[in-house]
Amino acid sequence: MRPFSYQRPTGIAEALRDASGGGVRFLAGGTNLVDLMRADIERPTAVIDINRLPLGEIEETASGGLRIGALVPNSDLAYDSRVEVRFPLLSSALLAGASAQLRNAATTGGNLLQRTRCYYFYDLATPCNKRDPGSGCAAKSGLTRIHAILGASPHCIAVHPSDMAVALAALEAEVLTTGPSGDRRIGIADFHRLPGDTPQVDTNLEPGELITAIELPAEGFADHYSYLKLRDRLSYAFALVSVAAALRLEDDVVAEARIALGGVAHKPWRNPEAERLLVGRPAGRDGFDAAARVLLEGSEGQGANDFKIPLARRAIVRALEQAAAATPQSPTDKRIR
Amino acid sequence: MAGAAISRSGIGAPVDRVEGRLKVTGAAKYAAEFNEAALLHGHAYASRITKGRIAAIDPSAALAVPGVLDVLTHENRPDLPLLRRHYQDEVASPGIPFVPLWSDKVLFAGQPVALVVAETAEIARYASSLLEIDYEEEPHETDLKEALHRAAAPWRTRKGYVRPKSRGDAPTAFEAAAVRIDGEYHLMPEHHNPMELFGTTVVRHDDGRLTIYDKTQGALNSRNYISKIFGYGGDEIQVLSPFVGGAFGAALRPQHQLFLAVLAARHLERSVRVVMTRQEMWSLQFRPECYQWVKLGAEPDGRLAAIVNHAVTNSSRLETYTDNIVSWGGMLYRCDNADLEYRIAETDTMTPGDMRAPGAATGVNLFEIAMDELAYAAGVDPLELRLRNYAEKDEMHGIDYTSKALRECYAAGAERFGWARRVFEPRSMREGRELIGWGMATGIWEAMQSKTACRATLRADGRLEVATGTADIGPGTYTMMVQVAAERTGLPAERIEAKLGDSTLPYAPVQGGSWTAASTGSAVALACETLRTRLYEMARDLPDSPFASTGIDDVRFEDGEVVRNVDPMNKRMRFEAILEAAGCPELKVEETAKPGMISMMRKARNSHSAVFAEVRVDEELGVMRVTRIVSACAAGRIINPKIARSQILGGIVFGLGMALEEESMMDHRLGRFMNHDLAEYHVPVNADLFDVDIIFVEEQDEEVNPLGVKGVGELGVPGTAAAIANAVFHATGKRIRDLPITIDKLL
Repeated sequence: MRPFSYQRPTGIAEALRDASGGGVRFLAGGTNLVDLMRADIERPTAVIDINRLPLGEIEETASGGLRIGALVPNSDLAYDSRVEVRFPLLSSALLAGASAQLRNAATTGGNLLQRTRCYYFYDLATPCNKRDPGSGCAAKSGLTRIHAILGASPHCIAVHPSDMAVALAALEAEVLTTGPSGDRRIGIADFHRLPGDTPQVDTNLEPGELITAIELPAEGFADHYSYLKLRDRLSYAFALVSVAAALRLEDDVVAEARIALGGVAHKPWRNPEAERLLVGRPAGRDGFDAAARVLLEGSEGQGANDFKIPLARRAIVRALEQAAAATPQSPTDKRIR
Repeated sequence: MAGAAISRSGIGAPVDRVEGRLKVTGAAKYAAEFNEAALLHGHAYASRITKGRIAAIDPSAALAVPGVLDVLTHENRPDLPLLRRHYQDEVASPGIPFVPLWSDKVLFAGQPVALVVAETAEIARYASSLLEIDYEEEPHETDLKEALHRAAAPWRTRKGYVRPKSRGDAPTAFEAAAVRIDGEYHLMPEHHNPMELFGTTVVRHDDGRLTIYDKTQGALNSRNYISKIFGYGGDEIQVLSPFVGGAFGAALRPQHQLFLAVLAARHLERSVRVVMTRQEMWSLQFRPECYQWVKLGAEPDGRLAAIVNHAVTNSSRLETYTDNIVSWGGMLYRCDNADLEYRIAETDTMTPGDMRAPGAATGVNLFEIAMDELAYAAGVDPLELRLRNYAEKDEMHGIDYTSKALRECYAAGAERFGWARRVFEPRSMREGRELIGWGMATGIWEAMQSKTACRATLRADGRLEVATGTADIGPGTYTMMVQVAAERTGLPAERIEAKLGDSTLPYAPVQGGSWTAASTGSAVALACETLRTRLYEMARDLPDSPFASTGIDDVRFEDGEVVRNVDPMNKRMRFEAILEAAGCPELKVEETAKPGMISMMRKARNSHSAVFAEVRVDEELGVMRVTRIVSACAAGRIINPKIARSQILGGIVFGLGMALEEESMMDHRLGRFMNHDLAEYHVPVNADLFDVDIIFVEEQDEEVNPLGVKGVGELGVPGTAAAIANAVFHATGKRIRDLPITIDKLL
């Protein structure tokens, strides 16, 4: 890896001061950043290790939700009893990701910032607009099996790899940050970006801006939820398609619905119109299928990933069925319910 | 056999691995873990193009990095022998071996084109990113499908190649057959991906001698390779490889890092380590892609009338790598007409190489899918079809087997699995949203033996060492050697030490092909028998010997003692007492065990298996679980049932990977394998494995080799992928002829 300066501040103000220059990366769990630095894909000139910052707590919020410190490890978050009971969708999505060892090291803030697994992004011998802006996209018309069916651009067809972020999108979490321009709250829907003509920019964070926490609103859909992840092996693989489904039912009629997709776009994919379509209707297959079709409107395959469109449609229906029946997909039992 | 030996830890005992504790505690050291003061580190820089030449390399920026000692390229490397035969190794395919930094030519993607040597691995890797290289690209051809039209029979072949031998008139018989199937089957390329990265640590001594720790399946092969290239005498270099973190064939041939580390150590007169990255493993050899075309014709009752089995795999432009793909289908079933043809097509890739059950993993699995198709075309139960076509002989060569208990495998496996309860119709079993399918297939591998030497040394303290230059890449060779020695000497296992992975030890071939148990085992047995005889004679000739005027058949070797069969309580001597009384500080013998060449030509030697698999497929989502596998194996005598089970289990995991997950995906526009990490090249994980049941059926074989063992390293792979693919058909009614069967193929 390239030479870089290294700081390990103990306070947030100090960290922000250290981050005021260019070429800065904050280091938390390092499960993705360090790999990318070794591979010469990430080339920070300054690494600020934030592991000593006081961002490791999970706290209640005044509105009945939870504030999760950016440094809470994915494992701790998944097994926190408040999360397990009130936000099982989040717990389930976390446990569907990576491996136990990686989840022990990876953090809440870092999970949001992991970068795509596009083959071409990882291979310096190929053009990639995300890695090397303006060089072109080798993935388009190349090996596209794992790529986007929604929201892609001519410049980039990569997908975001996080499972956690998909659940957060369904739960309408907010990302709390601090930075040179002060503190901000960013809705999860506005946190990640579509590639457009700047695929090198994954998020709407400003340079030097630090994630401090994620806030979950009170509604956790704990009675009717499911995180269904479909992949090329039964564990330890990125999603081909994943669905975070959450329903609030009143007498078997949908009062509120959330559906977010992973593995299909440059960000967790939602469409409120698809969710509205379910409201007021019985929780049943017909409505679920109609919602799936709306959610996938505009989807477009790249050839080898065309299968993701029907797969996503079926997965949405199934996840909603699981949620409605209160039989959420188990992260450990590999049989799909 | 003279003088029976009795041991509790001998052949057949399920003893724990003797090196197990070292491995799980981290005490076992691997090639890149041997440290040396002032060790330098090399990083190989991989070509960014697939074919062409290097017009210019500017290393100045790399050289300017503090801590960088040198950048070796084709322009400044030390002189090397010109004749390419110097670079051929024990298991090379015929042709011109690839040599890193040989010239300006780039022959395949990821080819190492420079070695940056620095004080730390991190500096070397960073500095390599500063190399400025101008390439002149040439068009490449990497797509086997595009190359099929120029595929041809291999004009030069390697040792072990079995020339396909046709019989009868299969095309005519096929046309006339009542029941026919005709399909194209395909397997994607696979890379071995052992857990341990490829690494070599070269320790240079002041007098220029080298101690080389190498990741290899043959310390002697690495030693001979380096000796030939650099002109070392016998004792000037020693290659050590005590532990290997998996290899699966990838470390049969000396790899880039060995050559590069030695080159740099000599040039800089320093100790040097080179470790290849995971990504660089995709520039090493691989199991070649394969297209196989099978036509089967049969009588209405399923009895085979014609086998047409043609296949093409790819090789490189450098060497002619051949696999035995089509012969298995020609051997396995009773059929008068077989048309077998194997061709290769050269592509701009690294030369493919042996990967666990090379040839059979591809050829048997694809052929056994075709057999399942025939069963359905004929309306005959797939197991019954195989029994109706059961061959007592090797049908391709028309010769008997030394033993073949495949019928017993079918019976034992079917019973354990519950095959009799199967409903023939596809899509006939279901539970909730899951379709359930049961499939089966036949597996076969070779029971080879190679010339191997072993030294047995009995020391004054009564401990025995058995030593040979073989490797233990994981199959339990250390343990096997101890058990054979225990059986032959009557010593308890804890008093026996096995030594291997050292080029100074007696000759052994590379570890591969499942031949080590037969080869090394036979050598250990022979050396121990000689040692036993010598020890007995030494005891007999002592003054006042309790064994005076006896023959060796009058004694037994038991628990470290020579014991007279008559009056055993009084007429006995401990081994160490014999040595002491004879004034002999240690007793050392060396023996070489060789296969019986004439018998080898007269009889076929193979292990067999019957594999049964249950899959559950979510009909709507295409997600599959392989919930049960039963593999019944006939592999001669089992030296250690616990470790043999692990070997078959590992092979089954390989087969599952082949069936469902493993594929190296190449972007043919670029000529590069693209999914070059373990996140995107999927091998099975624990969650993919459910119930796996392994049965060893009894198989007595006095003829295959003196120990009666056949080897179990590869046998788990052939048949397993087919059984799973056939179960998928039974579950879903979808016949997938293109492995791996990923989710998209089931939608």
